Formats: sequence, structure tokens, C-alpha cells
Amino acid sequence: MSALVAFRNVSYRIGGREILRDFNLEIDAGETLVLLGRSGSGKTTALKMVNGLIFPTSGQVLVEGKATSEWDRIRLRRRIGYVIQDVGLFPHFTVAQNVGLVPRLEGWPPEKIETRAEELLRSVGLEPRQFAARRPRELSGGQRQRVGVARALAADPPLLLFDEPFGALDPITRLEIQRQFLALRESLGKTAIFVTHDVREAVTLGTRIGLLKDGRLDTLAAPGEFLRTRGAEVEAFLAVLGERRDHAGRVAP
Amino acid sequence: MPAGLLPEIGERALEHLLLVAVSLGIATGIGIPAGILITRRAALRGWIVGFANVMQTVPSLALFGFLIPIPLIGGIGERTAIVALVLYALLPILRNTLAGILGVDAAVRESAVAMGMTPRQLLWQVEMPLAARTILTGVRVATVATVGTATIAAAIGGGGLGVFIFAGIYSVNTQLILAGALPAAILALAADGGLGWVERRFSLA
Repeated sequence: MSALVAFRNVSYRIGGREILRDFNLEIDAGETLVLLGRSGSGKTTALKMVNGLIFPTSGQVLVEGKATSEWDRIRLRRRIGYVIQDVGLFPHFTVAQNVGLVPRLEGWPPEKIETRAEELLRSVGLEPRQFAARRPRELSGGQRQRVGVARALAADPPLLLFDEPFGALDPITRLEIQRQFLALRESLGKTAIFVTHDVREAVTLGTRIGLLKDGRLDTLAAPGEFLRTRGAEVEAFLAVLGERRDHAGRVAP
Repeated sequence: MPAGLLPEIGERALEHLLLVAVSLGIATGIGIPAGILITRRAALRGWIVGFANVMQTVPSLALFGFLIPIPLIGGIGERTAIVALVLYALLPILRNTLAGILGVDAAVRESAVAMGMTPRQLLWQVEMPLAARTILTGVRVATVATVGTATIAAAIGGGGLGVFIFAGIYSVNTQLILAGALPAAILALAADGGLGWVERRFSLA
């Protein structure tokens, strides 16, 4: 029962389609589990079950040992940071107000929210004096996603969910922000579940990779082991890396 | 235009404004909450928008006439006129509230929910501020239309600038018609301009 998040025989059906089938997975505190898969493999659905945006048709998702259906949804969601590809910053709030949203909902005193927002902006590489008062529309895509990450970290949640957060960024910005993600992970020691269809990103960021195929867990392995795994779907993903794999099976930079 | 009419024009214009203001107050008070309700209950959407749509298609003079025999809300006078004007003003307000809220970016709404906003916080801190401009457009359209339609209120004893227009028509007196029509047009333009200005102030988002 030490797993922070556990999927127990989770199935999800909608409109006669089975998105997840008998899905089992445990995520331990401190790890970054990457859910890798093609579009429609069920990875986003699995992610949204963790913070109660979707509930299983059958089976259970346990967070801190308690089924999501038993949690007070609002409390559950405020304990979990959430970052999505489209960022979803509030266009009518300033950057600082966006970052301070959950602390404000939680009733923190204003000075504390302000200090926290500044600290977080700095930690994602945005100078507060320059950015705090801006509106989201005055930011580049990469800057927006940084604000999105800062917002997710605001109330210091033990668990973070990422749904293809860097998918819409140009390759250079993506690399920068991935590096920052790794540095943040080192310093904060958060648990993260990270959804992506980019195998390179999975290998770079994950401490374990869970490969989904047609709503089932196909393969679960640490990155090094994943690169050596045999199997149709793993190989289909590894083929994307192509000759970039060196003889040790590692991804060339 | 005979200068002797001026005090009466002022009086009728005030009456007219009052009719419009009261009708719009009520229409907004019903239209916005009903619009919010149907963003939450898709099953009611067809019925409520349908009702407002049908009301809008009834010719205005006929609607005033239909209301006269109805007990409580009907009869001759201002009250009936206000009921009819409210029914007319409802559709643009309702429709724009619906469109404004449904038009909020899905990613923004998903973030708000995932951050742990309660449904009420989602509505007041995210959906309403972002829909405000569209809703105000609906109120402006309803206002301009009501200023015009309110001239017909005179036909059932509702007063307002229509009194001149009807009197002018019966006595074939163009000046009298203009004494009602010109101030009504000016009021409509002023309402359009004023509310348009307020609307632009909401263009932040």
C-alpha cells in the first residue's frame, strides 16, 4: 500500500468503445512515470482518472490508498498539479494571478501568495519583475508552458500530472524546458505522471515507462531496459529513434 | 416641429426610457440566469431557446394584442407593454449568455476544474468574466431593439414616444410622427453607443 497512485483492474468504456481494459499500474512516491502510447491508446484517460476528471467504469484508482470516488473531488484536485498541452492559462488573469490560483482558492494570505508566485516564476526561468504583471497573451508558447508548470507547483502538491505538456513547442524550446523539468524534479522530489507519444521524451524524462496499447499496459520498464525490450509495440516506438540509438541502446543526444 | 411640444416630448421620452429600462432589467434578470442554467442542462436548451425564438417571431403588434385578454399580465397599460417587451428582449440575452459561456476555451475550463475550482468558482471567476463581453453584446442588441419596439406600447396604452407616432398616423401629421420617431432614434443610437463603449472596456480577455 506504499504506492502513491494505484490503478486496480481499471476499465473505461464510453459509447461502446473500450478506452482502458483491465489496466493495472502502481506509481511510487518520487518517481516520474511516463505513460507512452499512440493517440487513442488510453493514456490521457488514465491520467485524468488520477485527479477525478474521469472515473473508471469498473475497477478503482487509488490515490494515497483511497479510491478517487471516495475522495472529496475538490480536495483531491487541489493536492495534484496538472499541466496540459494547451496550457489553459486564464486569459483574464495576470501571470502572477495564474500562478497563485490554487493558493488563493486555498485561502492563503495575499503576501504569501505573491512571494510564492515570484519564487515559482524564478524557478521556471521567468524573471518576476518582467513577467508577473503580464497577461498570458503577451507570452510566447514556451513562456506560457513555463507559467503552466509554475501554476501546477503553486500549492506544493505531492503529485503532478502532465498531459503532453511540451508537445506544441518548437524542438529547441522543448529541449530547454525538458532540462528544466529534470532540474526541478531533482530539487523538488515530486512524484509525476507524464503522458507523451514522444518516445525520446519518455526515455529522457521517465524513471519508468509504461507503454499503452489499445487500453492495455503493454510494457512497463525503466528507460534502459525499455530500449532493450522486444515486442511489436515497443519496437514500433523504438523504430522512431532509428539510427539515433547507439550500440549500447542509448539515445544519442 | 412646434416648440410647444417640447415639454411633452421630454415627458414621453422619460416614459419611454422607463419602459425600456424596466423591461431590460427584467429580461436581463431572467435571461442571464436562464442562459447559465442551459449551459449546465443541455436537455433544457432546446425548450428554452425555442420558447425565446418563438416569442421573437410573433409580430410585435400582434404580441401586444394577444396579451390584452390574459389575466394578471394582460390588460391595457404599461404592465402589458413591459411583459411584451421582456419577451422580445429575452432571446438575444439568453442566446449570448449561452454562446459566451460555451465559447470559453475548453483548455481553460479543464484547467479550472483540474485546479480544484468548485462549480460556483468556475462560473464566477472564469466563465462569467470571459463571457462578459458576449453577454453585454446581447444586452446591447436587446436594448436597441427594445427602444424601437417600445414605440408600439402606445397602441395598448403603455405610453412612451409611440404616443406621438400613433397620434401622427391617425391625424396624418408627419410632424407629430417625427416628434416621436426622432427622439426614439436618438435614444436607440445613444444606447447603442453607450453600451458599445462599456462592451469595449470588457475586451481585456
